[in-house]
Formats: sequence, structure tokens, C-alpha cells
Amino acid sequence: MSQPFAKLPAWADYGLIPLVNLVVAFLVAGLVVLLVGENPIQAAGLMVKGAFGSGEGIGYTLYYATNFIFTGLCVAVAFHCGLFNIGGEGQAYLGGLGVSLACLAFGDFLPWWLTFPLAILGAALAGALWALIPAWLQARRGSHIVITTIMFNFIAASLMVYLLVGVLKPLASQAPETRVFGEGGQLPQLGWLLQMFGLQVRSAPLNVSFLLALASAFVVWVLIWRTRIGYEIRTMGFSPRAADYAGISQTRIIVITMMISGALAGMMALNPVMGAQHRMQLDFVSGAGFVGIAVALMGRSHPVGIVLAAILFGMLYQGGAEIAFDMPNISRDMIVIIQGLVILFAGALEHMFRPAIQRLFGRLSGSDLRATPIATGESH
Amino acid sequence: MAEAAIELVGIDKRFGMVHANRDIHLRIERGTIHGIIGENGAGKSTLMSILYGFYQADRGEIRVDGKKVVIADPNAAIAAGIGMVHQHFMLVENFTVLENVMLGVEGAPLLSKGIAKVRAELKRLEEDYELEVDPDALIEDLPLGLQQRVEILKALYRGADILILDEPTGVLTPAEADHLFRILRQLKEQGKTIVLITHKLREIKAVTDNVSVMRQGEIVATLKTADASVEELAELMVGRRVLLRVEKGEAKPGAVKLTVENLNVRDSRGCPAVDHVSFEVRAGEIVGIAGVAGNGQSELIETIAGIRRAVSGKVTLDGLAVDVTGKANPAELRQRGLAHVPEDRHHMGLVLAFDESENAILGYQDDKHFLKGPFLDVDAIRADAEAKIAQYDIRPADARLKTANFSGGNQQKIVLARELERDPSVLIVAQPTRGVDVGAIEFIHRRIIEMRDAGKAVLLVSVELDEIRSLSDRILVMFAGRIVGECGPEASEGEIGLLMAGVEQKAAAE
Ligand SMILES: Nc1ncnc2c1ncn2[C@@H]1O[C@H](COP(=O)(O)OP(=O)(O)OP(=O)(O)O)[C@@H](O)[C@H]1O
Ligand SMILES: [Mg+2]
Repeated sequence: MSQPFAKLPAWADYGLIPLVNLVVAFLVAGLVVLLVGENPIQAAGLMVKGAFGSGEGIGYTLYYATNFIFTGLCVAVAFHCGLFNIGGEGQAYLGGLGVSLACLAFGDFLPWWLTFPLAILGAALAGALWALIPAWLQARRGSHIVITTIMFNFIAASLMVYLLVGVLKPLASQAPETRVFGEGGQLPQLGWLLQMFGLQVRSAPLNVSFLLALASAFVVWVLIWRTRIGYEIRTMGFSPRAADYAGISQTRIIVITMMISGALAGMMALNPVMGAQHRMQLDFVSGAGFVGIAVALMGRSHPVGIVLAAILFGMLYQGGAEIAFDMPNISRDMIVIIQGLVILFAGALEHMFRPAIQRLFGRLSGSDLRATPIATGESH
Repeated sequence: MAEAAIELVGIDKRFGMVHANRDIHLRIERGTIHGIIGENGAGKSTLMSILYGFYQADRGEIRVDGKKVVIADPNAAIAAGIGMVHQHFMLVENFTVLENVMLGVEGAPLLSKGIAKVRAELKRLEEDYELEVDPDALIEDLPLGLQQRVEILKALYRGADILILDEPTGVLTPAEADHLFRILRQLKEQGKTIVLITHKLREIKAVTDNVSVMRQGEIVATLKTADASVEELAELMVGRRVLLRVEKGEAKPGAVKLTVENLNVRDSRGCPAVDHVSFEVRAGEIVGIAGVAGNGQSELIETIAGIRRAVSGKVTLDGLAVDVTGKANPAELRQRGLAHVPEDRHHMGLVLAFDESENAILGYQDDKHFLKGPFLDVDAIRADAEAKIAQYDIRPADARLKTANFSGGNQQKIVLARELERDPSVLIVAQPTRGVDVGAIEFIHRRIIEMRDAGKAVLLVSVELDEIRSLSDRILVMFAGRIVGECGPEASEGEIGLLMAGVEQKAAAE
């Protein structure tokens, strides 16, 4: 989260440190590739080419990025309130239910641009409600939100299996999925956008929800830094005692924040369900909720950072699939390892190189930029 | 002349635009207590942080015992024999005293040897310096005065010859402060060198041998303490004459603004903290609550301000009831004209990570003036903050600066400006001048009296007896959660002191 007392120039904070983390992640990943007897440089080339080398590649990269923007925003909003929402996965899954119900009910006779707002509403509402219970338990009972949201991921998974093999499955079908939505339940592709740049998109599932993701990033920025509720969220995140003093109800703000967070996760479902498969399939979230944690960490909980980090992870997903295809020694699981390494260095070990870089800057600029217990701890 | 324990030669340090230390030359003689005083933001803490290796100077050199040393981090400082007692203690709360002293210098993977050594050494230090603490007590069970002693023990155990204390008495009771000074004198007799930063000139006079005065990053004078009067020191610090006495006219109490009746409050652990307290505050008077810290004052004001729930009792504000046992809410009370300067400005009164202008609306974030619909009106907020910065002379005058980067006194002014400039009808001020320099104290005291004269009801809570006596029109003394006595401002220090120690008023009067 925020590092109130460490001072690095913004470009180093938001540019250099993530870059160093990435380079290290790729170096270690390179070693892994070397270990299985493939050429890491070639693999890296394949990855970049797979992700950005063709219109189709770009389409896929941005399609994955759309998922991660939503889940990254979900984690970031909760971060600003000092909450760690691990439940993006389950909230997104439930979001799919909202999307599906809207599309099944209206998709057969309304045009897509009328179904879309209803589906957004359904997705956001379902995600928000799924986050509401852990939020309420945290605010009222002190049950730790990390634990409850994890448990709610499992509950969501079981609930959706139940619904998809029973209630939502068409009678004659063998597959645990809903029927294909009508015309109005299918979002238009964004192929034309890439074709304007002379790119061939073919089957890439990039769709209108990408634009919604970008809009959501902007809305989150406004929400956190330019609205009263955002001010209250940040006050609570930095100092719950100051929130008490300012008359901000902790219960209220925790519940509101978690519902916004859950709504953002829920909206992620629009992309695969309404935008790509046009039906809800089992396990369609497939980890995007967890990747959102890494995206939010790497993007420093700032919407711009999140969009960039999401695109990076989109590249890993798309480019990774490409490597697995072209290099027989590298299996699908190897790609997961590489993605895991990036998450490890860019997300979990986000601050590993920070002290060293700060010291370096301190030496270069002749003044010290270390986090300073003195500056905060002095004179009462 | 005695030899120098520390010599600072041409130390210079900038933080961006702020020139915190300018070409500092300072000689601290071995075996003396050297005081450093100066306005808020003069650069005292910065200078000591450079000496202790938290910051690196941009220029200049440090000599310890005449030899040039490079102090890259606190470990290097410890190796050079320099120890520091931080104002906010750096102790592990759920470790014992012994474990804290040993932390980082365990000696071997197995602790038994280290423990025996520390225990023996603690015993020796205790005998040498009147530093008695139970080595097996948990830190969280110790009062602040003893925790500070553990910090001193830590430094001594690591072989410190030079001990830096940055505003050590801010959190201490007068008795604890006296004890600290006895310890410091003993350390001095054993040949240790001590650097003491404080805003209390009386303390400077009481214990130091030499004193240096800093102003705007420079050392403007270093003199023998015996040669300077308190007034002279104050003038050197601020650059003008300072009124050390508060001047105020007769109070003209009007209607009752705040009443508290039979209030009972429990602390966070569930023990009674406020015990059947009743009093009232009228418009145009200052009622002071004196008492040693931790006798229920914090719980009392937090309850009146709507932050904490009472078990029973009644509070009225401007004649209307405040639901202190149920739904009282600080935001609603603010709208009804209650302003509250909290004692803990770092965690309650301010969000240190916010910029100045954001803190200037903390608690007033619902005010229409700062909003456009659900959105913050950033321009209005900034304009308001800049006006207050000008009026209260908050330095640096930058509404976008992160609050953590203001010095302590200026942080306090940010809170005061926010709470006083709202034209409240009742004002609760707790520890208004903690950590604040004499010039700012003069200003703050004047503002509080102006508030009284403008017909506000003021409830003042302070552990500084001087402050209570010079500002209050009536004084209530709190002990163990109860109001144990009431007296006028003319009451002697001894009389109030006895009450504060829990001696009943009748007994005290005899
Ligand atoms: N980490 C920092 N970043 C930017 N400015 C800083 C930092 N630390 C201190 N300053 C600035 O440097 C100046 C000196 O601060 P310092 O804390 O040394 O003052 P001080 O004399 O200890 O004041 P006080 O009596 O209020 O404790 C102030 O203007 C302060 O705002
Ligand atoms: Mg200081």
C-alpha cells in the first residue's frame, strides 16, 4: 500500500522499481527455461511476439488484461481502506451469475446495448452482495476479512457448481454450463478497433467490456481521490483512530468499500461470459481474482498502474500460451511457474529492492531518502 | 577547555526546498550535559538524526573523540559509542525488559549465556545509575517513564558513551522527569556525555551545563547555561521577545454551555476510567482539568466528543442532550458547535500520510463548503488550507506537503487552525502545546484566551500544571477517574500537586 514516509521521485517509484522487479523475475524465469533445455532468449522472443506480434495476439492480450483490470481495481479499492480482499475470485464467479441471469432473461429480445447495462448491474450487484457478508462480519464481529473472503471463494465455487450442473443447465445438455445467450446477450467484439491500425484480429475475443474496464479505472481514480467517500476510505485505511475522530463510521465505510470492491470483481465476469463465450461455463474465472492481487500490488493501487500491470499479465497469459505451443519442452505448467515468478517478484516481493534503490538515490542526490522513523516519531 | 566528545564541522542538510541544517559547527564537551533548543522546525531532530546515522549530511564531518567518523547507519553510531533514546520508544511490547535489552546483541544462537550476561550487567547498571527496572517485567505493563528507562539501559548496554535524548520529557509526569534528570546527572558523573533536546527551558536550566540555540537551521549561539536567563534563551530562539507569562483579563462567564453529570466510562480493557464525574463549563470561561496522565482525562474528553461510549451519565451541549451512552457521533457534535483538539495528534488528530490541505478538513469532510455534490471541491479545500497556513504561520507554507514532513509544532498548528477557525461554541483542547516551541506556545495560548473572550466555553486538559494554572479560570483536578477537587487559578502548585497525587481536598487544606 502507500508508503507515506519513503520519498523517491515518482518515476523511480512507479517506473524503476517495478521494472527492476520485472527484470529479476524474467532472469529467474530464464534460468528455469534454461534448466529444461530451451533457449530463454528465444522463449522471451516468442512470448513478446505471441502477445504483441499480431492483431490476434494483441486482441488476446487485451482480453486477458480486461479481466485483470477489474480484479486489480477490486483489490486496490479495498487496500485503500486497509482491507485485504482475497475474495475477488468468488465475487467474480458470483458476478457471472448476475450477468447470466440478465442475459438469459433479456438477451433474446433486447438489443445488446440495452442488455449490457442490465448485465453490468447484475454483475456488480451479485459481486457486491457476495462481498457484503464478509464485510459485515469484519465490521461487526471482527472476523478477519482475509479468512472470510477465502472461505467465501470456496462457498462460491460449490454454489456455482450446484447451479451449473442443475438449475442453469439446459435439460438436454451434458456440459455444466448455461445455454448460449441470445443475440442481445452477446457483446460486440472490438476487432474493428484493431483493424483501424491495420491489424488482423481473426478470432480474438476482445470486446466492449475492455472499454468498460478502462472507464472503471477512471471512475475508481475519481472515487478514491476526488470524492468524499474516497476521502473517508483513505482516512480509514491510514488511521482508523483518525476515522473515529472524524466521525466516520468504521462499519459503514468497511461495508461500502467492500461492496464497491466486490462490484468491481463481479464486473470482471462480463468479459468472458457476455463478451467471449456467450454463456457461463464452469470455472470461467480461472484465477483472475488472485492475479488481481499481484496486479494491484504491482500497480501500487493506482488505476494507471493497474491498467499497465494488467496488460503485462495479459501478455504473460497470451505469450505464455504461445510458448507452450511452440516449445515442446515447455509445458503449460512451466508457464504457470513463470507467471508465478512474476507474481512473486512484482507482487509479493514488491519491496525487496526498494531499500537498495533508495540508498542508491540517497547517495546520488546527496540526501537521504530512507523511510524515516524520526520524521514521524519526533516531537509530540 | 575539556576535550570534545563530539565535534560537528560544517554539517549541512537539505530536504528538497527546506534547508534543515546550515553549516553547523558544534562542540560537545566530554562529561557534560549539552542542551539544544530551538523553534519547531529549527532542525534539531534532523541534526541528531545525522549524528545517529538516520540521515546522511550533504556536507560536513563528524568527529568523535577527535577522530573523523562516517556514520552510515545506526549500527555505525552504536559502534562509535553513540546511543539514542527515541521519543517514540522502539521496544517490543510483548517482550520482557531483559529480552528487549538483549535484542540484536544475543551473542550466541542459544540464549542462556546471553541472558546470564545481560542479567548481571543490568544489575550493575541499576546500582550505578539508579536505573531500577524489573528485568522480567513485560514492556506493555510498564508506565512510560520506565519504558524510557529501558531505552536508556539498551543504549548503555551497547556501550554508549554519548547519549542523545530527543524531547524525553514530553510523555513523563513531573516526578518521572525529575527521576530522569537524576539519572542523567549520575551518568554525567560517570563521565558520559549527554545531548538533550527539549522545549522546556526550565529543564535546560535545571540540568544542562551548556546550551546551543538553533534557529532556521543554524546554530545562533552556544553558551554556558549558568550565564543565560530563561528569558534570554527564549529571545535567542525566536529572535524576538517572548511573553513567558500569559496575560489575560477577568473572565465573564455567561450561560452554561456544557454540562457533564455523573458520567461513568470504562477504558478499552473494561476497567472503570471515569468515575461519577460531574461539572459544567460556561460561555466565556476556561475550565482546566489537571491531573497526572492516565487518570481518565483521555476517556473523559473522548466521551464528550462522541468518540467513546459511556456506561452511564448525561452530557448536554448548549442545553441539548448528547447521547453519550448510545449514538453520539463526532461529526454530528461538530455540527452542533463542538470543536476538539485531541491529545494524540499523530493517530487521531491528523492522518500523517495526507497532505496538509486534506488534514485541514478532517472531521469537516461533510461540510458543504468543501464539496460539490459527492465530489471534493479541491480548489476550495486548498484555498481554505492556504488561508489557515497564512494566519497561523504554518511552516513550510505548502498546502500540498505531506503532513508527516512538518515538524511537531507545525503539525499541532494544523490541528489548532482547523478546530479553532470554525467558530465553535464549545472547545475541548487536550495538551495544546505538547512538543511546541515557546513562540508557538505564546501564540496558542493567546488564541485560546481570545476564544474565551469571544464567549466560547473552553475545556482544557493538560498534564502541564503551569499551563493549566496560567490559562484556566477554574481548575478541576482528576485522580483515578474522579474529580477530587476544584480550585481557582490562584491555588498554589503544591496544593494542586497534592490533589493530583490523590490526597483529598479537605486533608490537603488542613
Ligand atoms: N523527511 C523529511 N522530508 C522533508 N522535510 C523534512 C523531513 N524531516 C524534516 N523536514 C523539515 O526539516 C525542517 C527541520 O525539521 P526538524 O524535525 O529537524 O525540526 P525540529 O527542530 O526537530 O522541530 P520540532 O521542535 O518541531 O521537533 C522542518 O522544516 C521539517 O519540515
Ligand atoms: Mg524535533
